[in-house]
Amino acid sequence: MTFKHRHLLGIEPLAPMDITTLLDLADDYVTLNRTAKHSETLAGLTQINMFFENSTRTQASFEIAGKRLGADVMNMAMQASSIKKGETLIDTAMTLNAMHPDLLVVRHPQSGAVDLLAQKVNCAVLNAGDGRHEHPTQALLDALTIRRAKGRLHRLSIAICGDIAHSRVARSNIMLLGKMENRIRLIAPPTLMPSGIKEFGVEVFDNMAEGLKDVDVVMMLRLQKERMDGGFIPSEREYYHRFGLDSEKLAHAKPDAIVMHPGPMNRGVEIDGTLADDINRSVIQEQVEMGVAVRMAAMDLLAQNLRAERAAA
Amino acid sequence: MRPLTLTLFTNARLIDPEAGQIIDGGLLVEDGTIREILNGPVENPTKYGADTVIDCAGKYLAPGIVDIGVKVCEPGERHKESFRSAGAAAAAGGVTTIVTRPDTDPAIDNPETLEFVIRRAREAAPVHVLPMAALTKGRMGREMTEISFLLDAGAVAFTDCDHVVTDTKVFSRALTYARSLGALVIAHVQDPGLSAGSCVTSGKFASLRGLPGVTPMAERMALDRDIALIEMTGARYHADQITTARALPALERAKANGLDITAGTSVHHLTLNVLDVADYRTFFKLKPPLRDEDDRTAVVEAVASGLIDIISSMHTPQDEESKRLPFEEAASGAVALETFLPAALRLVHAEQINLPHLWRAMSLNPAKRLGLPSGRLSAGAPADLVLFDANAPFVMDRTTLRSKSRNTPFDGQRMQGKVLATYVDGACVFETGS
Repeated sequence: MTFKHRHLLGIEPLAPMDITTLLDLADDYVTLNRTAKHSETLAGLTQINMFFENSTRTQASFEIAGKRLGADVMNMAMQASSIKKGETLIDTAMTLNAMHPDLLVVRHPQSGAVDLLAQKVNCAVLNAGDGRHEHPTQALLDALTIRRAKGRLHRLSIAICGDIAHSRVARSNIMLLGKMENRIRLIAPPTLMPSGIKEFGVEVFDNMAEGLKDVDVVMMLRLQKERMDGGFIPSEREYYHRFGLDSEKLAHAKPDAIVMHPGPMNRGVEIDGTLADDINRSVIQEQVEMGVAVRMAAMDLLAQNLRAERAAA
Repeated sequence: MRPLTLTLFTNARLIDPEAGQIIDGGLLVEDGTIREILNGPVENPTKYGADTVIDCAGKYLAPGIVDIGVKVCEPGERHKESFRSAGAAAAAGGVTTIVTRPDTDPAIDNPETLEFVIRRAREAAPVHVLPMAALTKGRMGREMTEISFLLDAGAVAFTDCDHVVTDTKVFSRALTYARSLGALVIAHVQDPGLSAGSCVTSGKFASLRGLPGVTPMAERMALDRDIALIEMTGARYHADQITTARALPALERAKANGLDITAGTSVHHLTLNVLDVADYRTFFKLKPPLRDEDDRTAVVEAVASGLIDIISSMHTPQDEESKRLPFEEAASGAVALETFLPAALRLVHAEQINLPHLWRAMSLNPAKRLGLPSGRLSAGAPADLVLFDANAPFVMDRTTLRSKSRNTPFDGQRMQGKVLATYVDGACVFETGS
């Protein structure tokens, strides 16, 4: 096994081989999820999901992943609890650490908060999204979806479109797809493009027709309305007109190009509803399925390292 | 009449920032004032009849550092830094004059609070403490403070610190009023709109870390605005920290046009860059944020050329609780009184600036700007001195710091340059091993 990491905090620290190892294992879990739906891989381990930010899909996905592997899973809705009472993140981490969890799944609205927390606990930490920094399991599930649809995860032309500036999904995907040697094209109005983006080894477009030309994969991003301090785009309808994905714009991509979206979708803002439901083009439902498998694989690998570390101690 | 005390320093390498040279020789101090510079080896030390003879053993003896912009957390947050702890840190760092910031809680914006500060400093600090006062009440940018009363009470400059006075009408009136009293106004140059919500400099690093960034242009925009206001009002103005290349041409033009403007920068911006933040290290979170390497080198050159007049430590104590937070939420600032000298010496060791020139920026120029007699090695100047070994290597260990807060970005780093002794008005306030 080559996956030598204590935590899964982001895609940045992973080597291409780590990614391949994880995706290969996830493939096995796709099979398991379609058949027996249960194993005892994580039996006896405690998994705590700490979500400091609202999430339905990611939290459910991690919960199912843990339960299918036989872990004891507990969910903590952190927005409602001690944070409101003024407890610091470190104090929360220390309190939780005293309960001896094995796997800690954390989502936090601040970039870097999960890294900070990981320094203070002695269990494996999985980043379920921190601010606008990283969302590694999303990138991994996207990679698995692409690999299964296209038969490979290299030398593909992949467009990522939408609110890239505020998107941790985009960052993790740029990192992962770049490491696997794909051609990445970013499409967004310049106000939604992060600074210094040209130094990331990507091509930058502010026009869908040019950006989507001959791509194999189209990844749409949610227009993060809640992150908008105001004034990034003039209106939703103008955004939809210029950057919303519909079949007309998709015609610039390769005929067999797949359409992806991390969800939840704003139909009629970044993506046409009919297109999102088109089973010939859209792999959005597959992404959700792959999500569970990828999270099972990630927790499995981290738990193996954790057990090895404890056995050695 | 025979002086009360007469001290003779021998065998020193004297750094004279005024003349821009280093002299091997000695120094005679009479009752806390420099009486004479002795050029060349002191042949017969006894002939001066000194009470004390200090053999400097070939080490550097220089005017003590004059540090504009030190935060002492009295009143309000004495657990972070008191006049006693800041004074001890300053003495150990070779800083003989600290010019304190009014961004305390409450702000130092009235003569009564200022008098409290002066009294506390006198009781507790072994170095000179000169307070600055707020330019506007509560540093809120709405009404100017009682500038005349505050001057009488001992304020040496007026500043709202990192609060930018956004209302140009308020700022122009405060500048006009200050000018009539000859008061120095110190401003933070950062366009408040562009910098709102940011915690790092924009660019690849900010995007990689997913942190909200501010364009370096925000500094130039604010400086441009302030220069226009100085031209309009004729005020005496100092920009606290210039940290970007793009602000430099504007500064150069303003000086060439004869405006009464000077500029400073911080020792951290001269020695660190944005990449030092690495994995969200909050001890590297500063205001303004650390810049790209290109900006850092441009600012080093500007200090070397004299375009930037003053280097400050921008000593800002923050306790662990304020720093052990996600990067965006963490407090800004770093302590620096004790690391100021070895950090600044990095520029000397890198041969980017020579010692007399560095001392102009750390001692002579700030003293001149505030109208102080210190910062010089000349007869009649106060004997505020630092004796140091420029080469002594050490590994910075933050637990040894005398500040109550130990938020230094240099923890664990190799540094060169140790203060051996510090003298204020001729009296030794720090000695290695003390």
